[in-house]
Amino acid sequence: MNSLIPLLVAVPLAGAALLLLGGRALDRFGHWLGTLAAAGSFGIGLVLFAEMLGRPTDQRPVREFLYSWIPVNGFQADVAFQLDQLSMTFVLLITGVGTLIHVYSTGYMAHDERRRRFFGYLNLFLAAMLLLVLADNYLLLYVGWEGVGLASYLLIGFWQHKPSAATAAKKAFIVNRVGDLGLSIAIMLMFVEFGSFAFGPVFGAADDASEGKLTAIGLMLLLAACGKSAQVPLQSWLGDAMEGPTPVSALIHAATMVTAGVYLITRSSAIFDLAPDAQTAVVAVGTVTLLFGAIVGCAKDDIKKALAGSTMSQIGYMVLAAGLGPIGYVFAIMHLVTHGFFKAGLFLGAGSVMHGMNDEVNMRHYGGLRKYMPVTFATFGLGYLAIIGFPGLSGFFSKDKIIEAAFSKGGTEGWILGLCALVGAAVTAFYMTRVMMMTFFGEKRWQPDPETGEEPHPHESPKVMTLPMVVLAVGSVFAGALFTYGDAFLKWLEPVTGFEEGHPPIPAAAVTVLTTVCMLAGVGLAYTMYGRTRVPVTPPVGSALTRAARRDLLQDDFNHAVLVRPGSALAATLVWFDSRGLDGFVNGLAATIGGVSGRLRRVQTGFVRTYALSMFGGTLVLVATTLLMRSV
Amino acid sequence: MSPTLWLAAAGGNSASIPAPHIEYGQLSPMLIVFAAAVAGILTEAFVPRRARYGVQIGISLLGLGGAFAAVVVLAAQGHATTQAGLLAMGSVAIDGPALFLQGVILLTAVMAVLTYAERRLEPRLNGHGVDSFAAQGGAVPGGDQEREATRAGFTTTEVFPLTLFAVGGMLLFPAANDLLTMFVALEVLSLPLYLLCGLARRRRLLSQEAALKYFLLGAFASAFFLFGTALLYGYAGSVQLGDIADVVSGVAPVTPALTVTTQNDALLLIGLAMLSVGLLFKVGAVPFHAWTPDVYQGAPTPVTGFMAAATKTAAFGAFLRLFYVAFPGLKWDWRPVMWGVAILTMVAGAILAVTQQDVKRLLAYSSIAHAGFILTGVIATNRQGLGAVLFYLLAYSFVTLGAFAVVTLVRDSKGEATHLSSWAGLGRRSPLLAAVFALFLLAFAGIPLTSGFTGKFAVFQAAAAGGATPLVIVGVLSSAVAAFFYIRVIVLMFFSDPQPQGPSVAVPSPLTATAIGVGVLVTLGLGLLPQYFLDLASKASLFVR
Repeated sequence: MNSLIPLLVAVPLAGAALLLLGGRALDRFGHWLGTLAAAGSFGIGLVLFAEMLGRPTDQRPVREFLYSWIPVNGFQADVAFQLDQLSMTFVLLITGVGTLIHVYSTGYMAHDERRRRFFGYLNLFLAAMLLLVLADNYLLLYVGWEGVGLASYLLIGFWQHKPSAATAAKKAFIVNRVGDLGLSIAIMLMFVEFGSFAFGPVFGAADDASEGKLTAIGLMLLLAACGKSAQVPLQSWLGDAMEGPTPVSALIHAATMVTAGVYLITRSSAIFDLAPDAQTAVVAVGTVTLLFGAIVGCAKDDIKKALAGSTMSQIGYMVLAAGLGPIGYVFAIMHLVTHGFFKAGLFLGAGSVMHGMNDEVNMRHYGGLRKYMPVTFATFGLGYLAIIGFPGLSGFFSKDKIIEAAFSKGGTEGWILGLCALVGAAVTAFYMTRVMMMTFFGEKRWQPDPETGEEPHPHESPKVMTLPMVVLAVGSVFAGALFTYGDAFLKWLEPVTGFEEGHPPIPAAAVTVLTTVCMLAGVGLAYTMYGRTRVPVTPPVGSALTRAARRDLLQDDFNHAVLVRPGSALAATLVWFDSRGLDGFVNGLAATIGGVSGRLRRVQTGFVRTYALSMFGGTLVLVATTLLMRSV
Repeated sequence: MSPTLWLAAAGGNSASIPAPHIEYGQLSPMLIVFAAAVAGILTEAFVPRRARYGVQIGISLLGLGGAFAAVVVLAAQGHATTQAGLLAMGSVAIDGPALFLQGVILLTAVMAVLTYAERRLEPRLNGHGVDSFAAQGGAVPGGDQEREATRAGFTTTEVFPLTLFAVGGMLLFPAANDLLTMFVALEVLSLPLYLLCGLARRRRLLSQEAALKYFLLGAFASAFFLFGTALLYGYAGSVQLGDIADVVSGVAPVTPALTVTTQNDALLLIGLAMLSVGLLFKVGAVPFHAWTPDVYQGAPTPVTGFMAAATKTAAFGAFLRLFYVAFPGLKWDWRPVMWGVAILTMVAGAILAVTQQDVKRLLAYSSIAHAGFILTGVIATNRQGLGAVLFYLLAYSFVTLGAFAVVTLVRDSKGEATHLSSWAGLGRRSPLLAAVFALFLLAFAGIPLTSGFTGKFAVFQAAAAGGATPLVIVGVLSSAVAAFFYIRVIVLMFFSDPQPQGPSVAVPSPLTATAIGVGVLVTLGLGLLPQYFLDLASKASLFVR
């Protein structure tokens, strides 16, 4: 049965190869082929899941060795897969949500002439992401890690004719390079320290390693996670990544790829548990990002960018939980899965709205859409209730647990983290209510297109698009309760990540009540501001904070001033040095060699007598030196 | 000879002369090739002219293929490792290096025969496809006889048996275990090559000039080799490599004659130096390289490719056997000298190539530089170095043959367009061919993921392990210089505008296409997955004594 594991990756990979190399012959049905590959992988995932459930807990993780890529003494690079409960969770999430989004895309991309390529990239993404979560060593994980980066780059820039999309793709790629550098350094450190980069040997030997080295590895892994999961300070690319087609935003930049950082930290729990300083850094990054993303989300008028801020913030929650150690890992992953449902649903809803509104993304030009798109409204609304943590829905359970775990950290630290998480919950409720109000309530504010003069005619999207939204909405509603019932998710994941019961300084019930109160406060405030009063079509000037948040809290300005400008200056200096110093030397050397060559050529006269003479001379020298060597 | 033996022979008592014991089975690779060569000659005599082409190709491929099969069988029987030994009264050795190199030479020869047989590049004459060889080798260039033969569409099918004879000599050369056999092998391989060099269909005079130069200088070098043999016989009282080694290291029983000669190290050292001259000439090392560019340029291109690949392989095989079997005890005498030769060869080859304007001359200088790189592996004088050289020769043979095969395809009205200026913009006109040639050039330059990198890395690593680090540094620096002119051709092909009346790229028959395709596959294969062949070469790297 284990032999099915490689197929999980192989099926979408074959799909990608077929679609990208297959040529125009596949244009007509290529999208269904891609969808089939995704569904096939999901089917295999389900079979493996059922099979795993049938085994006793301690026998659930399985390893499938495929081949040894570089078998050198002391350097063993294997292509081997590991399927344990953590990987299984991801496999189902990736292939499940992935399949739904493939189906959705058949509708969303129906009129795009490069549709086949789009599905090829999506399949490529699935294969890379599955490789990432199935790898049994960091090197193979790195392959997947780079693979999803590539797929993300290709898909953000899918509409490459738009300069903004091309720039956004480039930005995402470059910012991710910084994080990837962290991962590669971490892998090198591991190899130096443990002589291996397979999970088993590394985690097994972690106990004996010095804390300093583990901290260094942990911090490098965190850097990697920051890049991929858009955490402060490498968060700047995610907002721009919304230039990609909306299904991409839903799959890659909300539900799966951006959570790879959380996976990395959780997977490396053995390292982080022994490196408290690195854990503190993780927690700090998570907390800052959850507030940062939430504030950005409050100010954006672009529906996708508001959701992107929200994604950043929600992943901040997960990173925070993962940084708390065994009291948080399970909840980080649980929130990851529930978030996968509701955020994918919200994005698909946003895509559906855009679909009906001539690709308008400015929420100030929406309003009152609930009448025109009832299904979208209903599914988006359920996703909305889930993300703000409305009691009984998915987000409520998972977020509540994280806030509880944050308080359980203990001491002043615990209080700070807990309160920040509570504030985050309130802000989440605020910005999500704002999105909801601006989009679906109030009077209609849409206007004719400035270029074509065409008035949008909002309409419900076709079935292939609404169906996935419905499925995801169901998940958004029930997943949390399902996971929490009888601590099912905890029991499922505990053998891999470990678990410690957290002891918050205030009763758990009080945390729940506080969270709910905060949420209601956020909703109330947003309702007053956007539900009760008219939403102006041109955005008001706003406070300094609003203006800063509209510009992503000045992250680009910061990067530009601190990184880009000194970087360009350094590059300019190097270019100067290169052209004046090095090139002068190199060119001079080349000229010298050329000159010598030209001179030497003349020896080649073409006369056989000259050649014979040179041979004779050479022989004399050879004989003489041989004799000379003996005498010295 | 002693008087008693005279008497015995005169008396007809043949029992006192033991009949030499010949292991025909183990010599079969050479015997098969020689038999095929003789069959080829008979074909020339008895088969009608029109049928000869097909028959010759059949004989050649069968002979070479059969010989290769024999090599594989012998290797499988363990003759490369545990069953290695001396044959034919100690004059021929069968061991790992011999079988490995014989295999390489035979495969190279098969590829070469395919390029010889190519008949779609030249315009058809009198309804017959013709190849790169002269219509009638003996005709005076420009004379009436030649014109008639050309008009009649004659071809020189003798090239096939000539090549087989050369291959036979090449098989024997790295296997020869005494100096006389080695000399005979040297001549057997050289004489047919001299002839082949003079048989180009186009630019006949240049071709004949090349043949004459090669012959004169080759004879000159052979004389040195033979003189060295005589001196060594004078010193050691034997021409067998093992015996010489015993005398040099002082383990041989001291006979009265030896007590006199072994006093005189000059015999030994001068003899050694002269043998080296003969072999260094064949591999094209500086300062015995002067013939290389002229001959490579003048010879028919398929012959150049064959010569550059197989002669070098055979000559380095002999070189290795000579220095690893007969003179390991003299390491401290010959190594410094070879250091000098290797450095000169690498540097001069690379620097001279920089200003070349003809692609065949460029490849000739490149082959000189490569001889230098291979010499660094020889100088390592350890088992690792031996394995590395074997691998290098395998890799280099296929790249070289492929590169010269590509050269045959770029043509204008005067035949092959070998001037570099006419290769400008080839990448736009014929991207596939230019890409293939670029791959071969990258392999020559030793860029990773090609066989050239693996080979170069292996010899340099072995040389460094053998204590020749300065040599490695020179090697890497000359590789950098060499990279310049290889990349220059790539830049020329892909980033220059094509000439308006530039050459066209001929569409070859499956024969040349196969040779080039195999070259590409081997170049990539040995670059991407070299482990199996590195292991094979390393397993084969032990000489029998």
